[in-house]
Amino acid sequence: MAEKHIDEISGVETTGHEWDGIRELNNPMPRWWVWTFYATILWAIGYTIAFPAWPLISDATTGMLGWSSRANIATELASAKQAQAGMVDRIAKSSLQEIMADPQLSQFAIAGGASAFKVNCAQCHGSGAAGFVGFPNLNDDDWVWGGTADDIYQTIAHGIRHPGDDETRVSEMPAYGDILQPEEIKQVAAFVVNLTGTPADAGMVEPGKQIFADNCAACHGEDASGNREMGAPNLADAIWLKGEGEAAIATQIKSPKHGVMPAWLPRLGDPAVKQLAVFVHSLGGGE
Amino acid sequence: MKYVTETIVLAVGAFIALLGAAFAQDRLFEAHMWVLFFVLLASTLFMIRRISFAPVIASRSSEHDDGYFDEVIRYGVIATVFWGVVGFLVGVVVAAQLAFPDLNIEPWLNFGRVRPLHTSAVIFAFCGNALIATSFYVVQRTSRARLFGGNLGWFVFWGYQLFIVMAATGYLLGITQGREYAEPEWYVDIWLTVVWVAYLIAFLGTILTRKEPHIYVANWFFLAFIVTVAMLHIVNNLAVPVSFLGVKSYSAFSGVQDALTQWWYGHNAVGFFLTAGFLGMMYYFVPKQVNRPVYSYRLSIIHFWALIFMYIWAGPHHLHYTALPDWAQTLGMVFSIMLWMPSWGGMINGLMTLQGAWDKIRTDPIVRMMVMAIAFYGMATFEGPMMSIKSVNSLSHYTDWTIGHVHSGALGWNGLITFGAVYFLVPKLWNRERLYSIRMVNWHFWLATLGIVIYAAVMWVAGIQQGLMWREYDEQGFLVYSFAETIAAMFPYYVLRAVGGGLFLLGALIMAYNVTMTILGYQRDEAPIPGATPALQPAE
Repeated sequence: MAEKHIDEISGVETTGHEWDGIRELNNPMPRWWVWTFYATILWAIGYTIAFPAWPLISDATTGMLGWSSRANIATELASAKQAQAGMVDRIAKSSLQEIMADPQLSQFAIAGGASAFKVNCAQCHGSGAAGFVGFPNLNDDDWVWGGTADDIYQTIAHGIRHPGDDETRVSEMPAYGDILQPEEIKQVAAFVVNLTGTPADAGMVEPGKQIFADNCAACHGEDASGNREMGAPNLADAIWLKGEGEAAIATQIKSPKHGVMPAWLPRLGDPAVKQLAVFVHSLGGGE
Repeated sequence: MKYVTETIVLAVGAFIALLGAAFAQDRLFEAHMWVLFFVLLASTLFMIRRISFAPVIASRSSEHDDGYFDEVIRYGVIATVFWGVVGFLVGVVVAAQLAFPDLNIEPWLNFGRVRPLHTSAVIFAFCGNALIATSFYVVQRTSRARLFGGNLGWFVFWGYQLFIVMAATGYLLGITQGREYAEPEWYVDIWLTVVWVAYLIAFLGTILTRKEPHIYVANWFFLAFIVTVAMLHIVNNLAVPVSFLGVKSYSAFSGVQDALTQWWYGHNAVGFFLTAGFLGMMYYFVPKQVNRPVYSYRLSIIHFWALIFMYIWAGPHHLHYTALPDWAQTLGMVFSIMLWMPSWGGMINGLMTLQGAWDKIRTDPIVRMMVMAIAFYGMATFEGPMMSIKSVNSLSHYTDWTIGHVHSGALGWNGLITFGAVYFLVPKLWNRERLYSIRMVNWHFWLATLGIVIYAAVMWVAGIQQGLMWREYDEQGFLVYSFAETIAAMFPYYVLRAVGGGLFLLGALIMAYNVTMTILGYQRDEAPIPGATPALQPAE
């Protein structure tokens, strides 16, 4: 054992060891430290008695309080469901018109639809439902498949071009790259752009008009205002789903892109789809 | 004959890497083997130039007078500073990528690849080199023995750098196991195991050949760190490669058992790499720099054993409210709570070592740095147990609060204590009278501290806001925010986080300059720190 040694500054004895000039004082452990440590150990023992903790051969102790995270989440979900049960039942039994006519129901449906929209729809249509290239803006009144609450319900419930749903919305514009000459496609694109009040080359617009009447009017209408029965968009309102400008329009004519939206009824159930329909209808463009 | 064997081994290694590239089963393995080939080829060529066929004469004469093996520590200190700057820089880049997603440059520099580059560069390259260098320094001096194993120290150092290079290039190529802090694939893991065993032999061998009667407390912590990290690394990386000539492997565990193994590893990587190892560092450099005895020997024993016993069970708190059985979650939580005081034992012993020398906080920026490191250690080891409480965790988990917690520990504790050790070591290792500039240390201290405070405070606010937004329901029971809205709300915090990280990086760059000038032998002409008095003489 090394010699005893007293540290001059603190007056405390050291352990007598020295390593590369470092000594160690023989101070006791701070009392508060020791007691706090004991307290955490006691608390830990108590907690493991109260809650599931000690592993046994094929199971574990369940704890005096009988708490389990599965039971806990089940209770919370049940109580959340219970709190909304009255309103959800009424929505399930009411038609969309009845829901919208009842201030209390419509307020609930809009709030619920907004919430379901954030979880399920915002990924494509955006948090504010303003859409994106290829994904329609739901705040305006430019509806491809119709803007009444029933139309919107139908679209959400069965989706668009959703495989496996017989009632899904289906339309398919032919690829005019196989039908028209490249020059003709440019001409009809110029005509379509010109419809929206955006000036285009007059020499292109004139022949484009005839090509439109021969090839496009059957679905998009003589005045190009679209046909919701067929899912043919209005081309005269300067709102573009697949891209803006003559080049983008020409591309869409040549080889059209067709978007897909899932059928939500099997996933969310009727009350949630009703709430979504009422919410989307309330955004500003509902008819 | 010098370096002949080494050169042959490197050349053979390069040839094997070439074969690996030639017969690779997938493109990534081929690319990675080419990287390995060129690294080993360059090393071979470098060694060939140094080969000498003259007979070996008392090689120790070239070493330091006192017979300690310090050359490898000099390399280690330089590597620490270099990887530190690299790691912090990459950290600022990923922070900026989160605020401005356009900075993701596909495919090599997207967030998914650069983020593990940042974490591994800071934890394994910066902290790892700091631990290897300081443990070699401390164990030799506190054992009064030369590092065991002759050139084994060189193998550990260069082998570890090779691991870092292979891990880092692997991440950028897109090679990953997808296990946090254990991303390198099976062949890099095997290499690290070899290096780590060599490290253990060198360290333990030195302790066993010591000329001091007792083992100093710092060495207990270093040894616990080396042994436990070896165990964690091997178990967590048990995997079956798809091909011995391909990158992909599959874990030996599955499902929640795999998750628990990963977080047993992940938590104890923090516990033993970043806590125990760095406590070893603290227990040597703080008493040396303040020139006072360690406060309490008894406390050091009790908190050491309590710390290593408690830490190893706390991992399940990373998996609260998951498929992990409730009983395991409970045990992870209660062990984390019990870990609070054992962790604080180190803080008390570190701070109270300043008893009788508190004035040095004012007059010595290096002491100030070490004290701030211990303060952040104390804060982070209080915050950790608190966040492990299930009801707190249900708010904090998956939010940026966790990131803030990790960084107050990593930047505050690991960063500042390492900087303090580097400033202590550089003049001694290169035989300089003092550092190039003490005032630059002061600048480094304030920039780093300000950076950490901004970082941590911003992440607290961000994390708590994020957690509250996720769980916000309106009075009718409907979710209020979409996930995208909670991300958009983080933007100002993410920008400020990058600013905080930038300040920390700036401080590290000042350190790199200061260290470089010291090594080159310059001394800055500057006024002394006000109030600085001659250092206390050790009591006789």
